[in-house]
Amino acid sequence: MRSLSYVRAGNVREAIEAFAAAGEGARYIAGGTTLYDLMKLGVERPAHLIDIASLEGADRIDTRGDVLFFGAGALMADVAEDDVIRRDYPVLAESLSKAASQQLRNMATVGGNLLQRTRCPYFRNGAIGAYPCNKREPGSGCAGIGGVDRGQAVLGASDACNAVSPGDWPVALTAMDATIEISGPAGTRSVPISDFYRLPGNTPHLEFAIEAGEIVTGISVPKTAAGRNSTYLKVRDRESYAFALASAAVALRMDGNHVRQAHIALGGVATRPWRAREAEALLNAQTIDREIALAAGRAAFADARAGEHNAFKIELGARTLADAIMIAGGKIQ
Amino acid sequence: MSDAHDSKIFEVTRRQVLEVGTIVSMSGMLPAAAQAQGSVSQPTPENGATVRVSFQINGQPGAMEIDARASLLDMLRERLGLAGAKKGCDHGQCGACTVHIDGRRVASCLTLAAKVDGRTVTTIEGIGSADALHPMQQAFIDHDALQCGYCTPGQIMAAIACVKEGHASTPEDIREYMSGNICRCGAYVGIVAAIQQAAPQIERG
Ligand SMILES: Cc1cc2nc3c(=O)[nH]c(=O)nc-3n(C[C@H](O)[C@H](O)[C@H](O)COP(=O)(O)OP(=O)(O)OC[C@H]3O[C@@H](n4cnc5c(N)ncnc54)[C@H](O)[C@@H]3O)c2cc1C
Ligand code: SF4
Ligand code: FES
Ligand code: FES
Repeated sequence: MRSLSYVRAGNVREAIEAFAAAGEGARYIAGGTTLYDLMKLGVERPAHLIDIASLEGADRIDTRGDVLFFGAGALMADVAEDDVIRRDYPVLAESLSKAASQQLRNMATVGGNLLQRTRCPYFRNGAIGAYPCNKREPGSGCAGIGGVDRGQAVLGASDACNAVSPGDWPVALTAMDATIEISGPAGTRSVPISDFYRLPGNTPHLEFAIEAGEIVTGISVPKTAAGRNSTYLKVRDRESYAFALASAAVALRMDGNHVRQAHIALGGVATRPWRAREAEALLNAQTIDREIALAAGRAAFADARAGEHNAFKIELGARTLADAIMIAGGKIQ
Repeated sequence: MSDAHDSKIFEVTRRQVLEVGTIVSMSGMLPAAAQAQGSVSQPTPENGATVRVSFQINGQPGAMEIDARASLLDMLRERLGLAGAKKGCDHGQCGACTVHIDGRRVASCLTLAAKVDGRTVTTIEGIGSADALHPMQQAFIDHDALQCGYCTPGQIMAAIACVKEGHASTPEDIREYMSGNICRCGAYVGIVAAIQQAAPQIERG
């Protein structure tokens, strides 16, 4: 690991100034569960760390106003256990409580979570130069495509990269139309989460719509009655403490027995948190039963493309979504 | 479990911490830890920018100058001679390095040492003693909740936190909230039983 300077910032302005002052190789660090991990692997090589884990007021969780607000520095564990979120927005709480382990949730922030990097094994293990990876080293090629691709994406892949977007929380936030609040040297701005994650295309190294030196300060989620009928279903290689093979965030706004509006996003199967509009449209004005749920599941994967070892994700993903719809609709537990 | 070997290291360390006051000097610590472990040579640390950290550790004040790249786990094991927390994976994946910071369990391998400045750290060495075991330590013995013991310090630190968080009321809950601690020996049945036994004796925090 290359030599490193470390400073702790007290507030957002101080952090932005420290970042600018540090110059080449500056990086923010929050919990460090992504960044420090990848530094040890030689994948990330910052020269200056600006610690933003304890910025003044950054851990605020506010559920009283028109929107739910989560300060970027709030810990995953604290948002997962918030009583209002658990009761009124289980999709959000479950996406966090089913991620990582309690130790990591006590360290990791909900802001850093948005910017976690892929678990593609070629991306993580290739710093020694054994594997090409366009995300790690633009233009070097992609070992994931045509490689051991059991974990790779079936939606949103390009010829340059088929790595899965790993997070669970970003999937739930995508279903719930969250907005990311950002501050930088040029002021503040808000980015809808649908614009925050880029498809890999020819530039898989450009993952997020945030510039160097900008800070995510918070996440807002519009309040909706759909939150009550919601769930985050995550299927893994083991029952707990693993990344998703397939996951589905579903929230249903009901009108009596009929779906008035469905919010659906998928994880574990796509190169970015994946909004499934076709599936949402299919549920419109329907009553939920197994048949329509499975039809929605299949619709979400109509454009899926598998490699050699990951075709199972298409069926698994469709059925995961179908089950999530049944759970959100109160038809099964 | 903190065996006799580990607690001896801690004795040496604690005395030295007291001797040098709040400043724990690197030259003072390293050879002591190395001798007690019987290891011949310590890898020379690479030269890197350092940061000054001061903290409370197991009820004692500590302070040192440490490489900005160092993990809390390496600081505990290599600088403070507290070898109870184990390095299983060094990537947050196994839980063997679990300690508490300000009462919350964390993976010390993914915690920059620089981050503990101003914080309170508790390790397995700080929860009980050979003649007054912590109820969770006793419960692990009672239920044979270990074989090789490598994962055990992390399991016990995670288990204590699990109870204090209120996540130990059912076996299902215990299994879910202890899933961050892997046991290669597969002592899971005993671990769940031990936590069930100790839970009523530990206050929710
Ligand atoms: C073993 C293991 C298992 C895991 N399992 C899961 C899982 O099942 N599901 C899941 O979703 N995640 C999982 N994770 C990932 C984990 O949730 C993320 O690492 C964590 O959320 C990142 O947050 P952090 O605060 O630690 O970020 P850091 O590591 O500190 O930062 C991550 C990145 O974001 C940048 N950054 C951080 N905060 C800000 C900010 N406010 N503004 C601008 N930039 C910022 C940093 O510069 C860095 O590039 C796992 C991680 C590990 C190690
Ligand atoms: S799939 Fe993406 S992250 Fe994985 S090796 Fe290819 S370019 Fe790199
Ligand atoms: S050594 Fe820290 S989690 Fe494995
Ligand atoms: S007792 Fe051997 S790893 Fe758990």
